[in-house]
Amino acid sequence: MSERARLSGWTIILLTLALLPLYLHSARWIDFLEMTLFVAVLGQGWNILGGYGGQYSFGNALLFGTGAYIQALLQFKFGISPWIAMWFAIAGVVAVGAMVGFLSFRYGLRGSYFALITLAFAEAFLVLSRSLKSITEGGSGVQLALNQDPAQAIATFQFNFAGPFLKEYGFYYTIFTILLVTYAITWWMERSRFGAQLVAVRENEDAALALGINTFKVKLGAICLSSAITASCGVYYVQKFLFIEPGIAFGPSKSVEALFAPIIGGLGTVVGPLLGSVFIHGVGEATKMTIGQALGGRPGVDLILFGTILILVLAFLPRGLVGLVEAVWKRLSGGRDA
Amino acid sequence: MLEVQGINKSFGGLHAVSDASLFVPAGKVVSLIGPNGAGKTTLFALISGFLRPDSGTVIFDGTDITGKAPHLICQMGLVRTFQVVKPFASLTVRENIAVGAHTRIADRKAALAKADGVALLVGMDAMLEQSAGDLTIAGRKRLELARALATEPKLLLLDEVMAGLNATEIAELVPVIRTIRDTGVTILLIEHVMQAVMSLSDYTYVLNQGVMIAEGEPKTVTSSPDVIEAYLGHGAAERLAKMEARDA
Ligand SMILES: Nc1ncnc2c1ncn2[C@@H]1O[C@H](COP(=O)(O)OP(=O)(O)O)[C@@H](O)[C@H]1O
Ligand SMILES: [Mg+2]
Repeated sequence: MSERARLSGWTIILLTLALLPLYLHSARWIDFLEMTLFVAVLGQGWNILGGYGGQYSFGNALLFGTGAYIQALLQFKFGISPWIAMWFAIAGVVAVGAMVGFLSFRYGLRGSYFALITLAFAEAFLVLSRSLKSITEGGSGVQLALNQDPAQAIATFQFNFAGPFLKEYGFYYTIFTILLVTYAITWWMERSRFGAQLVAVRENEDAALALGINTFKVKLGAICLSSAITASCGVYYVQKFLFIEPGIAFGPSKSVEALFAPIIGGLGTVVGPLLGSVFIHGVGEATKMTIGQALGGRPGVDLILFGTILILVLAFLPRGLVGLVEAVWKRLSGGRDA
Repeated sequence: MLEVQGINKSFGGLHAVSDASLFVPAGKVVSLIGPNGAGKTTLFALISGFLRPDSGTVIFDGTDITGKAPHLICQMGLVRTFQVVKPFASLTVRENIAVGAHTRIADRKAALAKADGVALLVGMDAMLEQSAGDLTIAGRKRLELARALATEPKLLLLDEVMAGLNATEIAELVPVIRTIRDTGVTILLIEHVMQAVMSLSDYTYVLNQGVMIAEGEPKTVTSSPDVIEAYLGHGAAERLAKMEARDA
């Protein structure tokens, strides 16, 4: 697909995302969109290192949870403004990511070894967050005080009691802005020397080394960028739900969501995690509403169908939905513009 | 340009390279020949930093680079290609070469432009948009060469870039390598294709079972009895001489 076609595609996607919620006067659907964009950002965090760099993490919850906890605890314990806490959250997560990256990449851990080490770290933090009660409040989690003063809505980064627009759309446009920023960074990365070197590391690490690439540094850079993006998800989550506990923070579900979206959508592409997230949430919602209800609202039906679809996508669309879109595009444009 | 002094490398009990030395003067094409398993590729890996020698030194352009990391050695201007080609398979030819160009060029557009120039030089300009994974073996060998060249090396180590090519493809590649030399790049090449060794190299080293057994002008070296025996087995030189005497 040409650069122009891509840009037009992005214009349509972003305009849709910017305007769609204004026509949905339904808190439920706006919530649905928020969660879709949230996973799209979470997925991009994974995609930087996994999709572009070929280093598959199975423990991105480590990064998400650390960010969420820093954001929550700085407010809870020290009354620090959420707008300041978020920078500590991002920096703290980057430090944790850099440490895991340093240990893994210094000792040349690749493939399943890297996946296992990231999973192990996430699990270790899960246990620590439960047991270090004096720091983390333990298994019951951290509950932030609800601000009920509309005048303080922005200062507290809480929109529940804000004015009419913010109350309805505040969090949607927050996650939309985070998506814009993180996707713009990814778009830029893809067109930079760093991005080219990261992809080279994924494709063949020895060849990359031979061509003068400091593969250790490139992978470390990627995990730091991954960390910063994933940290923003933790910050967002805490501000929206005003609550975090060990299972949500460091349990496997965030790690899995983070990698499903880009794998289904298209690894190592900017749009992949967004497409994947839209697909996952769309299918999830559709099955809940149709089959789930037909079978008397039995829980888990959507999960079975979802698993089946995942297997089918993996089997027949090795390049994910992006591959499908490109194939269709190629046919429509008569192969002129591959 | 390059000086290897008494370098050693064993893998367990196997002496892959024993006390090997060689010298590559600036601006020349030097070749390294020897039967399969002689240790040629291992010697390249030792020079380029992919393996650490047990002992011995590698001096490049007046600097001791023994045991330095491969990416630093490449940045200093010494680049190797791989006998078993390692393309970035899902990238296009242009993107592959641009990765090499990025070693000296930060700007993406400039690196891509440089890739186009290098592709033209090695005769890959018609394949720029092709996926590297779809290239023939000849194409992949050329891509190895192109990518390495894009890093703007002073010294280029080519590991059997002609292997697996047919006669036409070899005939096309020989002048390309000559052109590269003419642009001021020093070349050390491992090659089995004798026609290429003879026509390209100014000087030749012969490695056998990890030991340098001969060196000199390509013509002299390849007719030396030791070298013939290394390739064809013990007593081969004598048999060959007898056959020649009989024919005469
Ligand atoms: N990483 C390694 N581990 C163990 N043995 C190796 C390794 N690399 C090469 N060898 C052995 O060292 C010897 C020399 O191999 P190589 O340098 O590839 O020879 P050549 O390139 O001259 O054909 C062979 O016997 C090979 O099996
Ligand atoms: Mg070899």
